[in-house]
Amino acid sequence: MDGKKKNNRAWFLVAPVVFVVAFTAIIPLMAVANYSLQDIQGFNSRLFVGLDFFKMVATDPNIQDAFTRNLLLSGQILLIQIPLGIFIARLMPRSGWKASAALVIVAIPLIIPWNVIGTTWQIFTRTDIGLGGVIVNQFVEYNLSESPLDAWVTILVMDTWHWTPLVALLVYAGLRSIPQAYYQAAAIDGASAMAVFRFVELPKLKRVLMIAILLRFMDSFMMFTEPFVVTGGGPGSSTQTLSILLTTIAIGQFDIGVAGAFSLMYFLFIQIFSFIFFTVLTLDERPGATKVTKKSKEDAISKPKKELRTKAKKVSK
Amino acid sequence: MAEIRLEGVAHSYDGGKTYALNPITMTWKDGKAYALLGPSGCGKTTLLNIISGLLKPSEGKVFIDGKDVTDVITDDRNIAQVFQFPVLYDTMSVRKNLEFPLKNRKVPREKVAQRVNEIAELLGIEKELDIKPSKLRSDLQQIVSLGRGLVREDVSAILFDEPLTVIDQNFKWTLRNRLKRLHIATGVTVVYVTHDQTEALTFADEVLVMDQGSLVQSGTPEELFLEPKHEFVGYFIGSPGMNFLEVDAKESVLTHKGKAIGKASKAGLNGSHRFGVRPEFLVPANKSGIEFQVDRVEDRGVFKLVHLSKDDQKVIAKVDEGYQVKVGTKAAFSFDPKRAFVFDSNKKVISTVSPSQGGN
Repeated sequence: MDGKKKNNRAWFLVAPVVFVVAFTAIIPLMAVANYSLQDIQGFNSRLFVGLDFFKMVATDPNIQDAFTRNLLLSGQILLIQIPLGIFIARLMPRSGWKASAALVIVAIPLIIPWNVIGTTWQIFTRTDIGLGGVIVNQFVEYNLSESPLDAWVTILVMDTWHWTPLVALLVYAGLRSIPQAYYQAAAIDGASAMAVFRFVELPKLKRVLMIAILLRFMDSFMMFTEPFVVTGGGPGSSTQTLSILLTTIAIGQFDIGVAGAFSLMYFLFIQIFSFIFFTVLTLDERPGATKVTKKSKEDAISKPKKELRTKAKKVSK
Repeated sequence: MAEIRLEGVAHSYDGGKTYALNPITMTWKDGKAYALLGPSGCGKTTLLNIISGLLKPSEGKVFIDGKDVTDVITDDRNIAQVFQFPVLYDTMSVRKNLEFPLKNRKVPREKVAQRVNEIAELLGIEKELDIKPSKLRSDLQQIVSLGRGLVREDVSAILFDEPLTVIDQNFKWTLRNRLKRLHIATGVTVVYVTHDQTEALTFADEVLVMDQGSLVQSGTPEELFLEPKHEFVGYFIGSPGMNFLEVDAKESVLTHKGKAIGKASKAGLNGSHRFGVRPEFLVPANKSGIEFQVDRVEDRGVFKLVHLSKDDQKVIAKVDEGYQVKVGTKAAFSFDPKRAFVFDSNKKVISTVSPSQGGN
């Protein structure tokens, strides 16, 4: 430090954001934290219970089942929607009116309100009057209110229909940003279509796919509306997601303390998972990672080239 | 190795409204080094992409060794091309990048390793072979790109699209020499696109000058310098470019604002034309020359550039360092009779000019 006092007033510029975020996120979250640590029986009677509710949540078999179920659902959704989204994006026309038409058609499921989608699919899958339900029943026995498997598959198909377009649009944007020269170079190098995908497109799509996977994971792990409308979490608890279970505990049973602890753990899990996922995938782009290679590069460059390097900065053309 | 022939090849990117490349018919001889020289946007890259098959010409045919390859895809034409900016496969190491074109063509493994080592040595990137290209500086990345173009042995031709744009000036010179040596050693046909005349003139056996989608002149560097056939060649080749004066011709006698300049070798030349002479061939004369106002003298060490004006026309003379003249005074200059030309309204040379004797 050179003894000069640092002017930190620029931090005040962040104040409006802090204020807004406080009201939209931090204060409501603290209210939840408040409920999770106390057992509130009435207006003036409350009991501090510490982490008891958290222990209850962690050991509750229903919640554990729902957690496993939701993880499985998210995993399957990612496995289906990411490859399918890439496949669709690669089929979409690259320019002209066809490109615009394709974009609009692909984007349609994304602009329909979620409970409308739930209602649409609820009717669509009915075995008496639903188009989908009736047709499928011609080939296999299908009844989503009786068979857990049918209900599970229905949720998967519905979510895929609803959200694959998001993946497709993201990947499409990623593909469009790859300079033509990469495809030309691959053609010159005699690369097969598979090699072009593997060595040109996939590496360039890495960031976009990371965002797609994160968004799809977070959304599917918080899925509520569509299964709630279509199956109500049933039959039994076979399609009960964590969000549906949480709502049942909080509103159905009015178990505010457990629900509060549940919410916090739910939220933390998604945060931590996303953070780890992002950190691992961007590991090689971090300054800490390049330091090592920078040193070995320094060693690898012979002396005359080092001199060139300083001059290279001056090159204008 | 192959001979490439273009027959009436032309290209339009907008369905015939405007042409990026006007019809060209020419032959690229086997084993020669060609430079395509011209300003940005003159159609150089378009022509190159047509040869490599990345672009199908809207008109005309492309032949390689007498075989019509107009509809043959890039992969089957067996042509290597290096692009202006580094184009590398991010996930592969430098070595894998260099191996890629060979592996795709099922070259035996020992051969691949041997070729990669040879090219790495030639380009001075042996130590970088196992690094990911994204960790290299952009000029080294471009050298790796260059290596991927050079690694194949059996190519019909190698096309370079301004490959040294991102490379440091000093190293550019070294690399150009290495490329030149490589060309001599392998005898492969090379087409080198550039907008830098030094690069073109030092690298190529034959330089093709392009302007606005047309080939204006092709020839050896000396021919282009000494005998330009087109105003653009005079202006684009040489530094500084050719001087031009608006002149009137009457029975082959050329006058500028009523003052005689010289006599065209072509008989019976009339009308208004442009007279051109390179700064190198505008030589100080005694009183018999054309008189100019001296505006500025630029001392460049081994030579001087004298900026002159006559009425509103400005010209430059390149003279020996020993030449002394005062700014603001008048000085007489003459020109070399074989090196001064008259250009018509199509910018083509129609005659040479000899200086008028004793005229002022």
